[in-house]
Amino acid sequence: MKRKKIKISDVLIYAFLLFCGLICLIPIINTVAISFSDRTSAAMGAVKLWPVNFTLMSYKNMMKETQFWTSFLVSVKRVIIGVFLNMVLSVLMAYPLSKSPIKFRSKKIYMWTVVFTMLFSGGLVPTFMVINHLRLMDTFWALVLPGAVPVFNIIILMNFFKALPESLEESAYVDGAGPWTVLLKIYLPLSKASLATISLFAIVNHWNAYFDGKIYINSLNRLPLQTYIQSLAASINTNMMASMTAEEIQEQLAVSSLTFNSAKVIVSMIPILLIYPFLQRYFVSGMVVGAVKE
Amino acid sequence: MESNKLKVKNIKFTKTTRYRQLPYHLMMLPGMIFLIIFHIVPMGGLIMAFQNYIPIKGLIHSDFVGLKNFQRLFRLPTFWSVLRNTIIISVGKLVLVTIVAITFAILLNECRNVKFKRLVQTTVYLPHFLSWVILAVMFSNIFSYSGIINQLGGLFGKEPVMFMISNSWFRRILIGGEVWKEFGYSAIVYVAAMTGIDPTLYEAAGIDGANRLKKILYITLPSIVPTIVLMTTLNMGKILSGGFDQVFNLYSPLVYRTGDIIDTYVYRMGLVDLQYSNGTAVGLFKSLISFILLIAAYKIADKTVGYRVF
Repeated sequence: MKRKKIKISDVLIYAFLLFCGLICLIPIINTVAISFSDRTSAAMGAVKLWPVNFTLMSYKNMMKETQFWTSFLVSVKRVIIGVFLNMVLSVLMAYPLSKSPIKFRSKKIYMWTVVFTMLFSGGLVPTFMVINHLRLMDTFWALVLPGAVPVFNIIILMNFFKALPESLEESAYVDGAGPWTVLLKIYLPLSKASLATISLFAIVNHWNAYFDGKIYINSLNRLPLQTYIQSLAASINTNMMASMTAEEIQEQLAVSSLTFNSAKVIVSMIPILLIYPFLQRYFVSGMVVGAVKE
Repeated sequence: MESNKLKVKNIKFTKTTRYRQLPYHLMMLPGMIFLIIFHIVPMGGLIMAFQNYIPIKGLIHSDFVGLKNFQRLFRLPTFWSVLRNTIIISVGKLVLVTIVAITFAILLNECRNVKFKRLVQTTVYLPHFLSWVILAVMFSNIFSYSGIINQLGGLFGKEPVMFMISNSWFRRILIGGEVWKEFGYSAIVYVAAMTGIDPTLYEAAGIDGANRLKKILYITLPSIVPTIVLMTTLNMGKILSGGFDQVFNLYSPLVYRTGDIIDTYVYRMGLVDLQYSNGTAVGLFKSLISFILLIAAYKIADKTVGYRVF
C-alpha cells in the first residue's frame, strides 16, 4: 500500500534546515576566503565564498608577528590554569550543595549566597576598584581569579549530583567511607558527562574572554588573544570613524589589513573548533539539565 | 507529616551526621573566599553611587550626597535614550530569538533523516561558541561597503549601504546578529521538550485524519508551551542587558544614538571618563531593576510551570 513518495512538505523542511545550517557557516567561510585572498581583491570586495588570487601571504605575515603568538600563549595558559581552578572549585562546591539541608544544615545559607552573587553584582566600577586595591592590576591573576567560581556551572553539576541515587552514598558510608572518599571515588567517576559539559563551558568562557584583558592588563606580554584581536578591530572602527567622512572610512577600510585580521581570527578559532566536536554530544544534556531540570 | 518531622529530628542529632558537616564546610571554603573577595566586597563599593567619590579621599572619606547622582542622571536626556535603546534591543532579541528557535526546533523535529539532523545541529550550535570579538571582524567583513551583503543587495538593484555606521540599520544588525548566533543553541531546550511528547498522540491524530501541519499546530506547539513560558520568563532578567559584548565590539561613536546601551554607557562613563560615582549609580540602577525582574520571573516560573533552580 505505502509507497515512498517525495512530499512537498519534506522538501520544504529539508530546504529550510539546509538554509539554517548554511547561514551559520557563510560568515565563517567568507572570512576564511578573505584570509586566503590577496589584499586588493579582498578590499575591493571581490571575495565571496572562495579565495580570489589565492595566497598564503597573510598567514606568513602572521607567523612573523610575535605579539599574536605571545597573546596566543597567554590565552592557552589562561585556559589551562583558569579551567583547572574552575573545575576544582565547581566540584568542591557542587557536592555539599547537592546535599539536603538535613545532611548539611548550613546548605541554605551557602546556596543563597552563591545564587545572590549570580543575580546581583557590584557592577563594573566597584569590581574594577577591588581588583585595583588588591594590586592584581596588570597581572595574569586578574584574568582567572575574579571568575574562579562559575556559579552557573556549579548549578548544573549540583543538579547532576542530586540525581545520583542516595543509596550509593549510604552504602559507602556503611563501609566506612567519608564525604571526601564518596566525592572522589564514587561521584566524580559517575559524572564524566557533566564534567565534560562544564569544562567545555569553562574552556570557551576563558578562551573567548576579552574584556577583563582590556580593562585590567596594560603590558603587551600579558595581553590575552581576544583582547589583542579586539584592539586591532577597534583601532580601525571606533577611534577614527567619528571624525571621518564616508569616503574616508571606505578608504580606511580598503587599506586596512582586512586579510591579515581575517587570518588572525581564523587561527584564533582553531582551538574552539578542535574541542567542540568532541564535547558537543555532552553539552546538549548539560544545557538541558541547567535550564529545565527542577 | 508528623512522623517525617520526627525522623528529621532524629537524623539531625545523631553524632555521625554532625561529624560529617565539617568536610562539607571545608569543601565550601575556598569557593566562598573567592566569592566574598570578588563578588560580595564589590557590592560595598556601591556606596559610591551615593557619594561624590574622589579617589584621593577614598570610599570612607568621600562626601555623601544622597540620591543626587540619581537625580542628575534621570535629568540627562542621554540616560533616557540609552535606557530606551537597551529595552528595544533586548526585547527585540528576546522575541526574535525565541520565534526563530521554536520554528527551527519544530522543523528539525519533523526531519526523519538522523544524519542530516545531526549535521545541521552541529553547524547551528557553532556560532554560540565563538566570541563577539571574532564575530565582529566577520560581521564587519560581510556588512562592509563592498561586503557580501551589499553585493547580494546589488543583484536586486539596491544601492550599497554603510550598515555598521548607519543609525537606521544598526539595531537591526544587533538583533539579527543575536538571532543568527543564538537561535540554534536556544533551540536545544525546545528540541529536548519535543522528545518528551508521547508518540501515541501523533498516531491518534493521524487516525483522526490530521495532516502534518495540524499535528504541529495542535500537538507539538501546545506541548512545548510550558518550556516557552519558562524560557521567556527566565530571560526577563536580561531586559536591561542588551548584550554588552556584541554592542561593544560592533558599535562606533557614529551609532551611539541608536546603539548605546546601559552597559556600554557605564563602561564609558566609569572607566573611560572616570566619573566613578555616576558610573556606579547607573550600574546600581541596572543591577537593582534586573534583580527585581529576575526574582519576579523566578516567582512566576515557579507558580506557572513549577520551575525551581534549587
